[in-house]
Amino acid sequence: MKFQIEDVTVYFPYDHIYPEQYSYMIELKRALDAKGHCLLEMPTGTGKTIALLSLITSYSLFKPESPIKLIYCTRTVHEMEKTLAELKLLHKYQKEHLGAQARILAIGLSSRKNLCVNPRVVAAENRDSVDAACRKLTASWVRAMAAENPNVPTCEYFEDYERAGGEALLPPGVYTLQDLRAFGREKGWCPYFLARRMVQFANVIVYSYQYLLDPKVAGIISKELPKESVVVFDEAHNIDNVCIEALSVSVRRQTLEGATRNLNRISQEIDRFKATDAGRLRAEYNRLIEGLALRGNLPTTDIWLANPALPDDILKEAVPGNIRRAEHFLHVLRRLVQYLRGRLETENVEKESPVGFLVSINNHAGIDQKTLKFCYDRLHSLMLTLEITDTDEFLHIQTICDFATLIGTYARGFSIIIEPFDERMPHIPDPVLQLCCHDASLAIKPVFDRFQSVVITSGTLSPIDLYPRLLNFHPVVSRSFTMSLTRDCICPMVLTRGSDQLPVSTKFDMRSDPGVVRNYGKLLLELVSVVPDGIVCFFVSYSYMDGIINAWNDHGILKDIMQHKLVFIETQDVVETTLALDNYRRACDCGRGAVFFSVARGKVAEGIDFDRHYGRLVIMFGVPFQYTLSKILLARLEYLRDNFQIKEGDFLTFDALRQAAQCVGRVIRSKADYGMMIFADKRYIFPNSFSITLTSKILNSLIKG
Amino acid sequence: MSGSHSQLAKKAKYKTTIKDPGTPGMLRMTLEKFMFTPQNPKSANKVDMEFRFIKGQKHTKEDPTKEKPPPALLNLTDRQGGSYIFQFDNFSDLQHCRDFVGKVLSKSGEVSERPTVTCADEQLSTAEMELRMKLLQEDSELQKLHRQFVIGGILTEAEFWATRKKLLDREASKKAKQRVGFKSAMLSDIKGSSDGRTNKVTFSLTPEIILQIFAEKPAVHRAFLSFVPNKMSEKDFWTKYFKAEVLHSTKNAVAVAAEAAEDEDLAVFLKRDVILENEARRKIRRVDPTVDMEADEGDDYTHLPDHGIVREGSKEVTESQQELYRRNLSQDINRHAAVVLEGRAVDVELEDTRAIAEALSRSKQVNGESDKDSNQEKLDRISRMTEIEDLHNSHDLPLAPLCIKDPRDYFDSQQANALRSSGDLLPGNEQIKCNLSTHEAYGSLRDSISAIKRGGLKDPIVKPEIAFQVFDALTHSISTTKYNIGRNPQESILDTLPKKTKEELLHHWTSIIELLRHFWSSYPLTTTYLYNKVSKLKDAMSQIYRQLEDIKGTVQADFRHQVSLLVRPMHQALDAAIQHYESDMQKRSAKSGERPNGHT
Repeated sequence: MKFQIEDVTVYFPYDHIYPEQYSYMIELKRALDAKGHCLLEMPTGTGKTIALLSLITSYSLFKPESPIKLIYCTRTVHEMEKTLAELKLLHKYQKEHLGAQARILAIGLSSRKNLCVNPRVVAAENRDSVDAACRKLTASWVRAMAAENPNVPTCEYFEDYERAGGEALLPPGVYTLQDLRAFGREKGWCPYFLARRMVQFANVIVYSYQYLLDPKVAGIISKELPKESVVVFDEAHNIDNVCIEALSVSVRRQTLEGATRNLNRISQEIDRFKATDAGRLRAEYNRLIEGLALRGNLPTTDIWLANPALPDDILKEAVPGNIRRAEHFLHVLRRLVQYLRGRLETENVEKESPVGFLVSINNHAGIDQKTLKFCYDRLHSLMLTLEITDTDEFLHIQTICDFATLIGTYARGFSIIIEPFDERMPHIPDPVLQLCCHDASLAIKPVFDRFQSVVITSGTLSPIDLYPRLLNFHPVVSRSFTMSLTRDCICPMVLTRGSDQLPVSTKFDMRSDPGVVRNYGKLLLELVSVVPDGIVCFFVSYSYMDGIINAWNDHGILKDIMQHKLVFIETQDVVETTLALDNYRRACDCGRGAVFFSVARGKVAEGIDFDRHYGRLVIMFGVPFQYTLSKILLARLEYLRDNFQIKEGDFLTFDALRQAAQCVGRVIRSKADYGMMIFADKRYIFPNSFSITLTSKILNSLIKG
Repeated sequence: MSGSHSQLAKKAKYKTTIKDPGTPGMLRMTLEKFMFTPQNPKSANKVDMEFRFIKGQKHTKEDPTKEKPPPALLNLTDRQGGSYIFQFDNFSDLQHCRDFVGKVLSKSGEVSERPTVTCADEQLSTAEMELRMKLLQEDSELQKLHRQFVIGGILTEAEFWATRKKLLDREASKKAKQRVGFKSAMLSDIKGSSDGRTNKVTFSLTPEIILQIFAEKPAVHRAFLSFVPNKMSEKDFWTKYFKAEVLHSTKNAVAVAAEAAEDEDLAVFLKRDVILENEARRKIRRVDPTVDMEADEGDDYTHLPDHGIVREGSKEVTESQQELYRRNLSQDINRHAAVVLEGRAVDVELEDTRAIAEALSRSKQVNGESDKDSNQEKLDRISRMTEIEDLHNSHDLPLAPLCIKDPRDYFDSQQANALRSSGDLLPGNEQIKCNLSTHEAYGSLRDSISAIKRGGLKDPIVKPEIAFQVFDALTHSISTTKYNIGRNPQESILDTLPKKTKEELLHHWTSIIELLRHFWSSYPLTTTYLYNKVSKLKDAMSQIYRQLEDIKGTVQADFRHQVSLLVRPMHQALDAAIQHYESDMQKRSAKSGERPNGHT
């Protein structure tokens, strides 16, 4: 359908529209008009994505003289595929009505691992080895060598792409990752580099959060995006965590061992170059004096991950003299590794501020803050000089340099925590040194500063006033919509007692009670025998899920469940989980019916939809609180209390409930869909005063909305 | 004593169904038959049944552990699937009866079961027998007919079923298509039995279980193919396998690793399944991209090792040596569910383990080839999933699928509607052309046929209006009677009759159809067998003829006219058959006069 919102004609690919979608679009348009940021909450199952895409593309069509670019960020690759599929639908509709005028270029962007079509490269196991395998074939020096010696292998896709030069362009259209690969295969061009180049021409770019939030990635990919862009963070209820993670690093014993190996290897390489090509090292030295940490225009294939610190915080000045020479730099790194190793040998948990840590490094290892700050770029430069292609082998030293640069750059919002062992397994020594970021606003600040409109949207952003504080920004529009229901298509329920009338809970003192375990089992058993098609169960953690499944197996409950439905389980192995999910869907498709056991903060809860017959019932066993004894969490809570006046308990409850609401929200996709939601824990009914309001708010938004 | 051998009498309650409270009375059994006489002589629940129709017996078991003993029930099932349930006061009575019936049944089994059966093709397999029984059970009308004619001796079993070949085939083919899948129980549920004294545990394996083991654990499958019988015997193989299973069940990875280090062959079962991992890697490429979390792993830059915050679970215990031998329940469950979902590719009536193993590997190869071409389907599925259904106008035209279970209802309702609507319209404008004469309707059909002849087939082939006209004309006469008589258009004439009469009529109607079918299919009479059959059929028909007359006579005066209307076509059909029979007989007798050596 086609309709007007104020002066803009909106093309919407459906015959009808939900009222909340319409008001959502109106608010969104206000924000675009005001060129400001906005925060919009609308429950799942109301078609947020299509409303967003539809309004923003229509808005951009309406102003052809200054087209705005849409940067759509999703949490995961599969969500990216879903978004692109919706965009395809929309694009088809717009083309039907507007013809050539509606032409846009929309691409999904991902790593080499997901885009590479060279069978030799993509066979590698993980992302880093694919990256390295690609570099081995495409690095500038490798190609230079291949030009002289035909026996040096190169990547034919990349060579063809290079030969095509400026001709290598994507025709307008919507390209999912799969479409990009297919196009690349057909033309014989490398889809990864093609997509990277097309970023500057594309009207719509869909990629994951990290491409904007993680400075390491943003620095190479999102550097040249124009200010006149609209950035959308979809499913952004966890955006604060993503921001924090982008700036956090941890160091373990294995990291240090690996780093030492890396340093030995680098030292060998330096010796080799000294013997054969001393000029290169000298050239590098001269460049560093001039203050260029990196050569200006690197060929795209040589670009490595960028500096882990945010662009505004990187100093544009000469590299300190004490690390300009390769050997000296190596020495600094060795001292740093040595120092960190010493710090790991602790028996107690230690918590320190970055400032204190810097002082301590300076005293014990003689490395000053400025030197630390330049570590990452210096390493990068050195590796390029040494023409190292197997970058996947050098991840450990890279981690150390990340750590050094971050700690050298930021004095506040971080803390360093050293734990000699895991709280839950005190007998196994597993020391870890973590640099953790507490301030989510740090990572997202450049995004807010750089782009004209940033839209943060999700199904659960309650309490909506908390996010501007956490992320430190001022939205021009901040609205929460409820879902209008014409029929009762969802049925949320709170279950506080089991069939034997004993209360059920995953509270710490109750969770291992066999009565609770049995009651949960009975509940599921009764439900599997009556609910058709798919059922999803969320547990509070992997360890709890493992425990309860084993207990159910021992008591024969699992066997009884299997009499009714097939059972699939999320494990920590992503490949296995993916296959389990795929099988789960097939079991639901063919009518066999299945149960999927999942974890509330796991990967599945983070964006797999259990819509329609894939989820007729979702059970949330317990309240998914974070592990409250975690030192990192405690440090963050303390920071939030001191800086944002957010009470610890409030934050924990808020966090647990947003997770729970997200989990159960996965079952409904549109109003034609229906499903039942069960919260099985007594604490959903008797929470403390703060959570009453919050629970009721979230539940209300679910029930009404 | 000898008396109790030839007959038996016990107090019992006769139950028509399990839930029926039962009619108290006396059950008598002789070597030939059993009879039940209710205490209340007025009760209709009398039974008099010959044992030769009884197929078997079932009875409840005494369970002394339970506080309230279960009722002592004896269930005698006849060959048509009907059953006679008797409840006794105590279990000893039940036992007596049970023994008696057992004896009688075993005796009658020795003698030829049914003297009436003569055809050669009566050697039925049990499967066929079961199928027939099932059909009879599902269709009470069929069962009635069967009882009336086959047991009544008019038709033989073979003759009865010969006209129902289609029914049999359909049932049979339905069965063939559905393949039995794997059991939903897990392999770990195979519990060994120990004798309690020694440390020995005995496992019993069936081909079913073996196939499941092979399907869920390709490593075991491969090991079997390569080890047995060259390296070890099959028994040794399974002993090793279960030893490994028992070891795993201790959940002690260190012990498992130690055992594996000692015994190389055992290690095969203890290690993680490499084939499975490779298979997973292959399968992951075919996964729906909207659930592909593996792609995510390849994208998300916080998955760099040591970046981001260590969350619960992301910590891995990396004792690589032992990790190889660690196995967890979740993996097993996932694997099991995947195998069950995939279904069984191998039909196991194979007894030989080796044959099972080979059949499985063959079926796997076939599967491997059929992987391609799934891309398009995947894309289609995604686009289907992205659409929000309820925001679209429905594209499908409102078509109700035509499903006629009972043609009578359909014609009646159609006619009634047509008549009513035309009646309503009468005073208004011109009448819509739905009440044309047969002639006109026929004419328009002819016109359209000649139009097709000229112009070839178009879409739609026949114009709906013409189709409706013809259809209407054809069905018009069917229920005008009904419409003229019935005040309520939803009722047919039959419904106005007393229930008993209605049922009788319907039953006679089906009986007549059955008889006529056999009757007409027997002509020309070429063999003595057919000759005899026809005469039997004719007798049965004349009997029904008389019964129909009786109904006509006994029915209330109000309904007599309608009943006679209904009975007339039946009589006519029977008349025609009997007439044919008689004229044929005359011809025959004339012929046999000439040729005394005719059919005898």
